[in-house]
Amino acid sequence: MKFYMMHLMPYADLDLDYDQKYNSAWITLPNSYYDPKKGAKLYNRYLDELEYADQLGFDGVCVNEHHQNAYGLMPQPGVMAGALARRTKKVKIAILGRALPLLNNPVTVAEEFAMVDNITEGRLIAGFVRGIGAEYHAWSSNPALSHERFHEAHDLIVRAWTETGPFAFEGDQYHFEYVNLWPRPYQNDPHPPIWIPSQGSSETIEWASHPSRRYTYLQTFTPVAMLAKYMQMYKDMAAEHGYEATEDQLGWSVPLYVAETDEIARREAQPHIENFLNKFLRMPKEMLLPPGYLSLKSMMGVMKAKSSIGTKQTIDTVIEKGMFICGSPQTVREKLAEYQSQIGFGHLLTLLQFGTLPAELTRKNMELYANEVMPYLRDHTARKVSVAAE
Amino acid sequence: MAHEESFETVTGCRIRMMRKGKGEPLLFLHGATGVPRWLPFMDMLAEKYDLIVPEHPGFGSSDTPDWLDNIGDLAFFYLDLIEHLGLEKVHLLGTSIGGWIAAELATRSCESIKTLTLVAPAGIHVKGVKKGDIFMWSPEETAQNLFHNQEIAKAVPQPANEDELMVVLKNRLMTAKLGWQPRMYNPHLKKWLHRVDVPTLIIWGDDDKLIPAAYGQAYRDLIPNSSLEVIAECGHLPHVEKAQEFTSKVVSFIEGAA
Repeated sequence: MKFYMMHLMPYADLDLDYDQKYNSAWITLPNSYYDPKKGAKLYNRYLDELEYADQLGFDGVCVNEHHQNAYGLMPQPGVMAGALARRTKKVKIAILGRALPLLNNPVTVAEEFAMVDNITEGRLIAGFVRGIGAEYHAWSSNPALSHERFHEAHDLIVRAWTETGPFAFEGDQYHFEYVNLWPRPYQNDPHPPIWIPSQGSSETIEWASHPSRRYTYLQTFTPVAMLAKYMQMYKDMAAEHGYEATEDQLGWSVPLYVAETDEIARREAQPHIENFLNKFLRMPKEMLLPPGYLSLKSMMGVMKAKSSIGTKQTIDTVIEKGMFICGSPQTVREKLAEYQSQIGFGHLLTLLQFGTLPAELTRKNMELYANEVMPYLRDHTARKVSVAAE
Repeated sequence: MAHEESFETVTGCRIRMMRKGKGEPLLFLHGATGVPRWLPFMDMLAEKYDLIVPEHPGFGSSDTPDWLDNIGDLAFFYLDLIEHLGLEKVHLLGTSIGGWIAAELATRSCESIKTLTLVAPAGIHVKGVKKGDIFMWSPEETAQNLFHNQEIAKAVPQPANEDELMVVLKNRLMTAKLGWQPRMYNPHLKKWLHRVDVPTLIIWGDDDKLIPAAYGQAYRDLIPNSSLEVIAECGHLPHVEKAQEFTSKVVSFIEGAA
């Protein structure tokens, strides 16, 4: 199994009483709440944290794309990846989301990713997403065209990476007379690895698992029971296509906090994970699910299900559902080993800073995780593989 | 007498159509929420006219054809429908995005059109006049913002079952496809509204929070032979909120234009 440190880079200095006046930390929260002097410090602190992950022996670091919110300050994740490209030495750099349907010109992403891949001599992981619903409000991109734009932009980028140019791209959404990428990506077998983060749409899982792609499917922020279901769905779809999905095709992204004891971990994490859930992730349904973001059938399911959107969440509910891993090194080791052996994911992306979690607790969390949890799980999963091979 | 309901296939697309009354044909083009049911103002108009109420392609029980990408496609579709039904000199009446379709249609051809009535039509943009955003409003906010009279807003029925909810979601999806970006207008429509050469009535509610009444003046200035009527204490849906006043304005306009 491989270990990644994921960062959202929240505006942790947010005035948390904003919610007395505004119903969301996204899109409509005025940016007068953002103080550039505090923001500058946060950006540099967060980049330091990701660089530290390289020194602590993580396999990768992950950056992300979100627009116009206090939840994540990386509207252009390529900037962060560029900063990390030179200051890290060993880690993979995963740009977990470029929201393809928002792009007017997907070639810009083909270029940006190829540049990072060249500078790092092949340490780039390319993440493609549709973006969460709110991005369609932020970017004025038409959500009803989201799927079509995602697929065309993906095809264009992969062709730009793999075909000798110049060639013409003739899509319904994108038209180019000349596609001829300089630089070509460093990883050319056949192109940089592609990861598809998603919250579990069956259409996405089916597409990612297709034998022509076999992309790493990444389940984000979901109860562990759902994680198991979606990972199984991927394996089943692969089997239907006549091949067996490997662990390398399955990943899980989850916030995690480890401390000296269960009690200390819970006490230290509580205000910050609850801020993350209730203050930073706060938005109305209309923002989260614009028309077209889900198929009519899926949208119907969401409308019928008693959705937790807007209801207050506590540390206990998310720990219980396995949406947040929290405890002593032993507790965290046992939980992760159990989930891993049941579900069989090969990439574990941990969000080790969340909400308002301060720098010193983030570092302590990273150190305990890297020293007390990661080696055990590496050894545990490696043993499992060697037993299976015998 | 009840209205008739049928399905018509035009340009490869099967649509649901309601119809009632005798007299000159009057074609009604609905707004973003569709026409799930026959409404009181329709009975009033059906006393004078042969009222034809189709459900747009992509809405309600009508098909969603592959060719449907923008409002211009619906304008051409309705020119085909007018020809298909053999309507000559039809009175065209459209509300909100139905008004947008009607305006686009009239810039393409007024040959079969006798009069045009636009009720708080979308379709143009007036710089600096802020519109409401139905995609950001919750269902409760939408009801409140569409009506001046909050008693009516409170009485707006929510989807009663799964089928009705599916129609709401379908209409919303198509409305987004047609009007998300740019928000509910076509930047090129303004340039060609001078081509509308039939008598035109523009109706607006004075308390329209979705498309403010200032848009009515802009439309009046762009369409040559047009007049603007603003209905007092009324929101975005005058045909629902002020059905009586709305109907008498439409009837006297059509009679005056004859």
